[in-house]
Order: sequence, then C-alpha cells, then structure tokens
Amino acid sequence: MTTAVPSRSGDGSAWSPASGDGSAWSSTRAFGASISAEWLKVTTVRSSYITLVVSLAAMVGVSAIVCASNVSSFDKLGLLERTVFKLTFDPAFSGVSGVFLAQLGVGVLGVLTMTSEYSSGMIRTSLAAVPRRLHLLMAKAIVYLVIALVVGLVGSFCSFLVGQSILSGAGLSTSLSAPGVPRVVIGGGLYLAVLGLLGVGLGAMIRRTAGAVAALFGLLLVLPAIAAALPSPWGPDVSRYLPNEAGSALLHLTDRTDVLAPWSGFAVFAAYAVVAMVLGSTLLLRRDA
Amino acid sequence: MIEVRGLTKRYGRVTAIDGLSFDVLPGRVTGFLGPNGSGKSTTMRLVVGLDIPTSGSVAVAGRPYRELARPLTEVGALLDAGALHPGRRARDHLRWLAVTNGISRRRADEVLALVGLESAARRRASTLSLGMRQRLGIAVALLGNPGVLLFDEPINGLDPEGIVWVRRLMRSLAAEGRTVFVSSHLMSEMALTADHLVVVGRGKLVADAALTDFVEQASLRASRVVTPEPERLASALDGAGATVSAGPDGLLEVTGLTTARIGELALAASVVLHELTPVRASLEEAYMELTADSVEYRVADPAAGARS
Repeated sequence: MTTAVPSRSGDGSAWSPASGDGSAWSSTRAFGASISAEWLKVTTVRSSYITLVVSLAAMVGVSAIVCASNVSSFDKLGLLERTVFKLTFDPAFSGVSGVFLAQLGVGVLGVLTMTSEYSSGMIRTSLAAVPRRLHLLMAKAIVYLVIALVVGLVGSFCSFLVGQSILSGAGLSTSLSAPGVPRVVIGGGLYLAVLGLLGVGLGAMIRRTAGAVAALFGLLLVLPAIAAALPSPWGPDVSRYLPNEAGSALLHLTDRTDVLAPWSGFAVFAAYAVVAMVLGSTLLLRRDA
Repeated sequence: MIEVRGLTKRYGRVTAIDGLSFDVLPGRVTGFLGPNGSGKSTTMRLVVGLDIPTSGSVAVAGRPYRELARPLTEVGALLDAGALHPGRRARDHLRWLAVTNGISRRRADEVLALVGLESAARRRASTLSLGMRQRLGIAVALLGNPGVLLFDEPINGLDPEGIVWVRRLMRSLAAEGRTVFVSSHLMSEMALTADHLVVVGRGKLVADAALTDFVEQASLRASRVVTPEPERLASALDGAGATVSAGPDGLLEVTGLTTARIGELALAASVVLHELTPVRASLEEAYMELTADSVEYRVADPAAGARS
C-alpha cells in the first residue's frame, strides 16, 4: 500500500467523483450491461462448460441408444410385423429422444444460475451492483435462454444425424427434408431453451438449490408418474398438459391422440416457464436479499 | 453522506433495527459499533437496498440506493467477503462487476494492485485465504472509485500487517473527502481508526458522538483517592452527591465529582489526602458500560451457576 498516511482529521470536504455522470447511463444501457455481465458470469466458471458438455454428450448418446434398440427389436420381427412397426415408428422422435436426459442437466444449470448466487451469498454483490432487480433476473434469463437454445439446437441436430445413421441400417431412417422433421429437430432446441428458463424461474422462486431441483424433477418426472396412475378418463387428460408431455408434442413427427398438437403443446410448456418467471420476479422484488 | 432516518426493520416478530436515525458525514471515518446481533449488518444491508425497511428511510448520496443509476460509482460496500463463486477467478469477479456499472475493465486490474492482489488475479476464489478474500472484497468496494464506502467488519481474517493496511486505507479514503462507514464489534479497533462513533445496541441508537467525546458521554470518569481517614472523607463526599466505594488501605473510588471538587471537600472536612488521581475510563469500558443493557447473547455468570 503506497498511500501516504493522512492526518487524523479530514477536511470534511465532500468527495466528488472524477467521472460520475449517471445521466448518460440510460436504463437500456444499464440492462445491456447487465446482460454482458451475466454472460461473463456464466463463461468464467468451469462448471458451466462441464454441465453443458455432459448434457450434450448425454443427449447424443441416449438418442443413439434409443435408435439402436429400435433397430434391434425391428430386426427380430417377421415381415408382417415389420410393416406394422414401420407404420407406428417415429424416426425423428427416436432421433432426438436424448433431450429427456439432457433436460435434467440443462434444467439444473438453469436453477443454479439463481441458487448458486444465494448459496454463496453473491446475490448481495449482484444486487448491490444491479439494484434494479428485474434487470438482474431478466439478464440471467436471456443469457441462459440463449445458451440453452444453442446447446439444445446443436445437441438436437447431432442426435438426429447420429440416430438416422443408425436407423438407416434397418431402412427406418428419415431425413431433414422430410415433412415435419425440421420442426422436430428445431423443437429439441426449443424444448431445452424453455426448460432452461423454467429452471431459472424455479431458482428465483425457491432460492435453494436442493428445493428448486426437487421442484424441477417433481414437475418433469414425478407428476407424469402420478398422472399415469390416475384412472382412465383423467390420466391422459391430465398427462398431456404436464410440462414435459406438452413440450414434447413438438418432438413427435406423427399425429398422436395422447398428446397436444405440436405448437399448442409447446405453448402450454412455455406457459409453465413464464409462470415460474413471473412468480420468481415477484418474489425477488418483494423479498430481502 | 449517508442519511438514516427513523429506520426500523422487523423480521417476523424480531425487531432488528428500531427507529435508528443518524448521519454519516464525509471526510472522516465513522465507526459503527455494537455487540454481535445489535443490527449493524442489517443497517448496512438496508443502506445498499438489499433489505427493505419496515419503516423509515436511508439515503446515500442524496437518494435511496435503488435509484442510483450506476451505484458502484457512488457507493462501494464490503458486506461479506465470502460472497464469491468458488470457481471464478479473482480478476473475473471484478470484471463482471465492472461491466454492470460501465466501469472500464482496466480498473479491475488497478484495484487488484491497490489491495496487493496482483499475483492472485488468476486464482480461483476457492483457493484464496480468508485475508485475501477480504482484500478482494475491499477491491470490489473501491472498483467504482465511489465517494461513499461501507465496510462491514473489514479486518476479519486479516493478519496484523493487513490490519494496519486497512486502518491506513480507511484514514486515507476519509482524508480524500470520502464518507467512510466501518462496522466493528471491537472498540479497540475503532479507537485506532475512527473519528466519530455511532454505537448501537439491540437495534437502537446508543451514542452518536466524536471519539473524543465518547468517554465523557459515557460518564464513567472516576477518581482514586487515598486518605488515612476514609470514613470521614466518604461521608463528606457522599453528602456532596458523589458515589463512593471503599477499597483496602484507605482507598476510595469516587464517581460524580471532579478531582478539584474532591480536593475542596477534603480541605473543608480537614481530611489529609495521600493521593488524588483522576481515572479516565478506557474506551473499552465506556463501550461496555453503554451497551451493557443491550447485549443479546450474554454468557451466564459461571459463579452464579455454581451457587444454584
């Protein structure tokens, strides 16, 4: 420390900053700065990369396994059964089915964007730097939505290509130019993007990692199991409106009676994420940090 | 300048802060003193808008904190040095903070040098010692070159050299005309650093005074008197309104009268004095006296426990 030791009594004059002109700093500029800062936060921590790479690998891997197991059961069938199998088989859905494992990694990382700030106490530093709390949460949501979308699209595309090359051996594959297939492949990316947003929203609502992850897994894994156990008329009616069922409507190539139409299903899924974000924002604004 | 007005904060049924009002003025170090649990950290959090007051208000640089466009350029705060992502490098921590407030990224390296952490710039937070985190927290506070600085227990975890450095830093920041508000539960530390003291106990204001006035305000001035005739002198002093306690060998401890008045009363009573010494209470004693009623977590008297 090179600063000279000053005399004990200050002269009492007010400190004037060298370049402290807040007027040139608009709300838009402040929000843009928050987005850049959130981007820096995500990209300066190794665990972000690890989680995303593992999710990506899991997505491609699971898709490949699902396609391979379809090929092996197809190979065991007789001629007539093969015709029936082909009628109901959805090569595009099998090709992107790895999203259902990747969603866990992407969802948890979304939760962590908020809850890791609370567990480390860094939320106080963040809110002291960005006192407009909605700016902070929206910046996080936008940054993570984009990351999840890009990772989801890359993963979905790779899964699809790997899956089709496996399926082609049995003559079960489809191609990107077939009707509905681009929607399924892009849908894999959109599904993970919305799921990431749902994670951020739950993280903002619940603040604790364990609780928010439990809520996320409850929505994605436990609720469908409970709905499946409901008696006949209700079970399917409830099931199709659950987050992952509704969201996966976008991933089915063929029309199915047990799921919603692709885009309406996706809208229902997105609504869950929006509700989580609205509740998360409201609580963030009201609560002490 | 920090203006605290009628500030009250309740968490459920617990009142953490109860109607606090005081100003923290620029150009001097103001010590914020109180026992653990007396509401110091709560007050600090309210100042930077992290908690919402139940009633009352706080203004920093003339406005509520949340209305500041680029808060880090006006107010710097060290609230919790451990509030870091364990996997992020020290420099990256400063950089994202700089970005939020439109501060140049070069400034991150400047403040790292200022707190003596250049060599640790690329180390991840989890590998930093407590003292290094404390320095990094101080770097965060200085990042925007703000006119108002808050430090919550800044010397925690620092080695003796670090403590001396923090004291000098506080003094030099105040000498530059900045507002410096430092909390501590250690009176001895504040005696070395602060010009002015704001003392709280159980969320209430106990004292708001210059360091030099603090002991007087605590009215703990006493005198040591030694006389061959303690009984006679004691009754004479007692009659003049003093509080007298007798010790061995003619020693009396007298409070409530100046040494000059004691001398006059002794002369009037024709009592010989062997010693008459003013005893100034130490700051520590003054502080203990002031906050005696407001210590929330007091250790039970072991003697009392043994007797029962």
